Amino acid sequence: MKVLESLRLAVKALTANKLRSLLTMLGIIIGVGAVITLMSVGEGVQAYITTQFQSIGSNLFFIIPGSFEQELKRPAYLTLKDAEALRNPLDAPDVARVAPLVQGNERVTTPGKDKRVDIQGVTPDYTVVRNWYPRIGEFISAADNQGMARVAVLGQDTADYFFPDDPDPTGEVVRIKGIPFRVVGVLEQRGGSSFGSEDAVILVPLNTMLSRIAPRRTNRGEPRLSFIYVQAVAEERMDAAIEEVAQILRQRHRILPGEPDDFTAISQSDIIGTFQQITGVLTVFLGAIAGISLLVGGIGIMNIMLVSVTERTREIGLRKAVGARRQDILMQFLTEAVMLSLLGGLIGIALGAAGATAISYFLRDEGFQAVITVGAVVLATLFSAAVGLFFGIYPAQRAARLNPIDALRYE
Amino acid sequence: MVHPSDIVIWIEQLHKIYKMGETEVHALRGVSLAVKHGEIVAIMGPSGSGKSTLMNILGCLDQPTWGQYTLDGEDVSQMSEDALAAVRNRRVGFVFQSFNLLPRTTALDNVLLPLVYAGVAPRERRRRAVAMLEAVGLGDRIHHMPNELSGGQQQRVAIARALVNEPAIIMADEPTGNLDSQSGKEVMEILQRLNRERGITVVLVTHDLRIGHHAQRVLHLFDGKLRREEMVEAPIQAVDTVLEAEEEPLP
Ligand SMILES: Nc1ncnc2c1ncn2[C@@H]1O[C@H](COP(=O)(O)OP(=O)(O)OP(=O)(O)O)[C@@H](O)[C@H]1O
Ligand SMILES: [Mg+2]
Repeated sequence: MKVLESLRLAVKALTANKLRSLLTMLGIIIGVGAVITLMSVGEGVQAYITTQFQSIGSNLFFIIPGSFEQELKRPAYLTLKDAEALRNPLDAPDVARVAPLVQGNERVTTPGKDKRVDIQGVTPDYTVVRNWYPRIGEFISAADNQGMARVAVLGQDTADYFFPDDPDPTGEVVRIKGIPFRVVGVLEQRGGSSFGSEDAVILVPLNTMLSRIAPRRTNRGEPRLSFIYVQAVAEERMDAAIEEVAQILRQRHRILPGEPDDFTAISQSDIIGTFQQITGVLTVFLGAIAGISLLVGGIGIMNIMLVSVTERTREIGLRKAVGARRQDILMQFLTEAVMLSLLGGLIGIALGAAGATAISYFLRDEGFQAVITVGAVVLATLFSAAVGLFFGIYPAQRAARLNPIDALRYE
Repeated sequence: MVHPSDIVIWIEQLHKIYKMGETEVHALRGVSLAVKHGEIVAIMGPSGSGKSTLMNILGCLDQPTWGQYTLDGEDVSQMSEDALAAVRNRRVGFVFQSFNLLPRTTALDNVLLPLVYAGVAPRERRRRAVAMLEAVGLGDRIHHMPNELSGGQQQRVAIARALVNEPAIIMADEPTGNLDSQSGKEVMEILQRLNRERGITVVLVTHDLRIGHHAQRVLHLFDGKLRREEMVEAPIQAVDTVLEAEEEPLP
């Protein structure tokens, strides 16, 4: 018997009992729907994180004091002199720019407004290194930094908070820790990131920060940095640049060979890699749960197929009496099972895609977009067909093995 | 003297033993029989005498425990399951007491079922099934479901199905058993007509001697053995009795 014939028979059998077919498919529908939604959201999260960190720049890394991996004997610091040493083109030919940074969180006031805000002390290179420029006004200049000028560049959120009705707050004054700072620029909006909004910030010259706002020193009296941005000359030179930086810092920090670094270099790809690992594990985990529901769906199909074989015993007997071979009957019931699960799978894919789209819609303000990959759809289709095949084979074999006389006599 | 090529069914010393756990039922105890092409043979006997068992073996639905069976020149007593399926498909047509039509399936689709397994193309299937339904007088009922047909009509659909693949022989196990006498006569009329016009061989099982006397030969089966063979001098011609009944004025 031809494949087409089996398909026609399967369609007829499934449409003869629509409600039952639908209920039988439900397990597969839910399982596949869950797989598609979860995989799409997982892909979306990865894409989201990647774009978030790509805004950092692919040839950028930063150095933080301390180590994630080893316990250190001495407290670890990064100093202004460390940062300056990295600028040496002889020792670090692959380093293009160095942007040291000091972070703090201080009370900021204007007449009538009062809020704690993240303050960052930065150098002029910061704007280039981060690829983040003022929307209006200008950035902190080298002269501002050298002269410890009391100037500030506001992030958009900060500007919105302190000067809600003023599209151009340059020239206004904000008081940080009571000290008046003149606003010279407002940064372009970055939008949300995984760490919350980057726009809720005030940038001031690094030297001003160190002398007036966060006078943090090492025990030898040197100004302490929070971290250092380092830009490599090119993306391909990242590893070389990291190596050069490490050499310089180990030397400066007098770390003996064999002792661990007292600083850590983190690149964008490190962060993305870590997040992708996390979301990857999550996707696998959720996928396993969805797989279990597929399994349950498959068992449901097997159950109904067994019922169907029993119900149609006389039909099977008759088909055999008029010349159906074992394989004809096997094909007929197997096709039916595969069609059930495949149809369920396709409905599940549609439903899962709808779910992923709905999630994207609710999170559209965060810039999140679920990604429905062809791979996921193909996988789900193949998987549901395989479920039908696997759970359909036993009932189909039972049907095929029926003895025609017994089957015809079955009440 | 009968020429071997005239013989469509040839069985010799056929035995059938059903095993049910410890007990054995010896349903056929050495049946030998020859049926010629174009013959109508009736098998009669009390309940449990082995009529259906014999029919199932003759129809290749079952195999004998011992004994030889040659159908249309081919030894079928040792065939594989798939080979038997092919024989059932091409050489044998079945008519059952309980019609055994597929429910929720039109008369047409029921009739063309054997052609599906014979690998006949859809268009040709349909043409032959329609022609067969017309031959049994149901040309105007081809799209009816079994539950929309009377018992007699359903059995005629079953006969059309049995004949559609042009088998050498029709096996009918109590074809009139579930029908009133008028419908029974109509069924016999069709079987006799097909036999007369197309030379189809018919083996039928019945309880009813009046049905049995439509055949040219009646075999009496007792306890799994053929005890008596009765030649019918002048078989009842159903066409006459059907007409008689139709001409009878309503009471
Ligand atoms: N599948 C089976 N398993 C066991 N015994 C069986 C089976 N089929 C038939 N028999 C036994 O074989 C014997 C002959 O049965 P068979 O059905 O051939 O009788 P029959 O002549 O057709 O009777 P009826 O007129 O009632 O239809 C009976 O004793 C019956 O119980
Ligand atoms: Mg019987």
